[in-house]
Amino acid sequence: MNFPVIKAAANILVQCPNMMMEHGTTLIQEKAKNPDSEYLKSIGQFVRSYEESVAYAPNQVFIGNMKPSDLNNVAGPWYSHPVEPKTDGRFGEIMSEVDFYGLMKMCDRFELVELSSEIAPVIKKALQSKEMFSEAQLAMLDKGADIAEIQALVDKHTALGLYDGDKLLGCVREAHESDPNLSAHVVFENLVTKASGVLAMKHLFIKNKIDPAIVDYIIETSEEAVGDMNQRGGGNMAKACGEVAGCINATGIDLRGFCAGPAHAMVNAAALVQSGIFKNVVVMAGGCTAKLGMNSRDHVNKQMPVLEDMVAGYAVLVSENDGVSPVIRTDIIGRHKISSGSAPQAVIQAIVVDPLIASNLKITDVDLYSPELQNPEITVPAGAGDVPLANYKMIGAMAVKRGEIEKKDLMDFTKKHGVSGFAPTQGHIPSGVPIIGHALLALQAGAIEKLMVIGKGSLFLGRMTDLFDGISFIIEKNSGKLESDDDAAASDEFKQELRELIADAMQKVADSLAGR
Amino acid sequence: MDKSFFANKKICALGDRDGIPGPAIAECMKTVGGEVLFTSTECFV
Repeated sequence: MNFPVIKAAANILVQCPNMMMEHGTTLIQEKAKNPDSEYLKSIGQFVRSYEESVAYAPNQVFIGNMKPSDLNNVAGPWYSHPVEPKTDGRFGEIMSEVDFYGLMKMCDRFELVELSSEIAPVIKKALQSKEMFSEAQLAMLDKGADIAEIQALVDKHTALGLYDGDKLLGCVREAHESDPNLSAHVVFENLVTKASGVLAMKHLFIKNKIDPAIVDYIIETSEEAVGDMNQRGGGNMAKACGEVAGCINATGIDLRGFCAGPAHAMVNAAALVQSGIFKNVVVMAGGCTAKLGMNSRDHVNKQMPVLEDMVAGYAVLVSENDGVSPVIRTDIIGRHKISSGSAPQAVIQAIVVDPLIASNLKITDVDLYSPELQNPEITVPAGAGDVPLANYKMIGAMAVKRGEIEKKDLMDFTKKHGVSGFAPTQGHIPSGVPIIGHALLALQAGAIEKLMVIGKGSLFLGRMTDLFDGISFIIEKNSGKLESDDDAAASDEFKQELRELIADAMQKVADSLAGR
Repeated sequence: MDKSFFANKKICALGDRDGIPGPAIAECMKTVGGEVLFTSTECFV
């Protein structure tokens, strides 16, 4: 059996302080309920600059300029200890919000994004210098709009503004005057997801010298819904992103599972490739505006920078086994069953322990676990704790329970088999997959042999079930040995002979018991 | 705390998705005689 491989991975970030202020749900709700609150009055002084976000160590880890373990060498709080500010990284880049407005415009097929005639050429020049976009795509930035017309649309509430501080640069118009699913808010949200997903795909292809035309299928895993009033989640973000990213031979699908979506999609992609249905499958997603500033009230209370100003995206290419790239072990898949239960121990048992036991592996046989990798500097001040560490402690506790390690070694287990969280709290984004780029490097360098990626999803948020969810898979160093078609045929022949022998023996046992 | 404190008390169980989920808190409350009126699990990530 030839397992599918992961050929390449990309991670991108976009610093979006203005989108956070205008479109983050925490801020939207506060503006509606308590427009004069101290929180709203003071948040402005805790908003970071683009330069500060680039020099933020976890962001440098996310785009691949630092390893997750490098965070152990950066004094805390990380926001007070800037690192070398590189906008470009091994896996992707950190884009500025204003440049991103241009990318949103280039991803807009219905002339819903307007940029002022003053800013459009400035953005075009900046995006042109990246050498990522075609002339036809850049030409979409040639036509600017009169800023007075843009202001009028925003004032009429038929469009939402694109700002740089207090300055209006453009807008996103509603796509329908009465359809709530095509409102300016929904179109804005979806275009941000699309554009950030496209940026991740572009980096996946360009940085790894991959022709987008080889992609057969795209699985998109964000948490947004694309559709109109008759089919709110109709889709298809995957194909929409693939169109802009140049995947001319691909179709695709949107796969949803809250934060567990990416891990589910990786398992699906692996199955599609291993079965031979498709040779090259991209799993990807852009980020979300709703979660920007989600815990900002606590950050402001703690007098610290509002760190949830990053929209993120990722893309991963799953392909046929090339004998080199790390493999996805499709025979070791963990899943949280409907009957598994929602207590933390039950969740880890189902997702992590059960698949290992079924494969005669120990918890300690997996060198590195990648559960959700939320940056603890975002979650701890908000009272949500260090999520990766909590997962590592639970996995370690299961190893203690199974007698694999001593209780006194629990914290050592969390260090040896875990990494610090470094991903922004963008829901599906931190859910296991941001490690893949780093894992590919570590596996190919021989630093680790096995990695388990764990995705978990809060299904109860949608109010259709109170169930939790999760799925896991293992990425392993490629043995370099490929099973040929002849090997497979020989193996099948051997299995058939074995079945016949067993059937014959069982028949004889049955006959003897029956006295025949 | 004395477990009897929860007996016949009306309970709202507010869980954390990355901590103890609401249904788990509710189950515990029921075993000590609490009357669970509302259960929810919130997500902060």
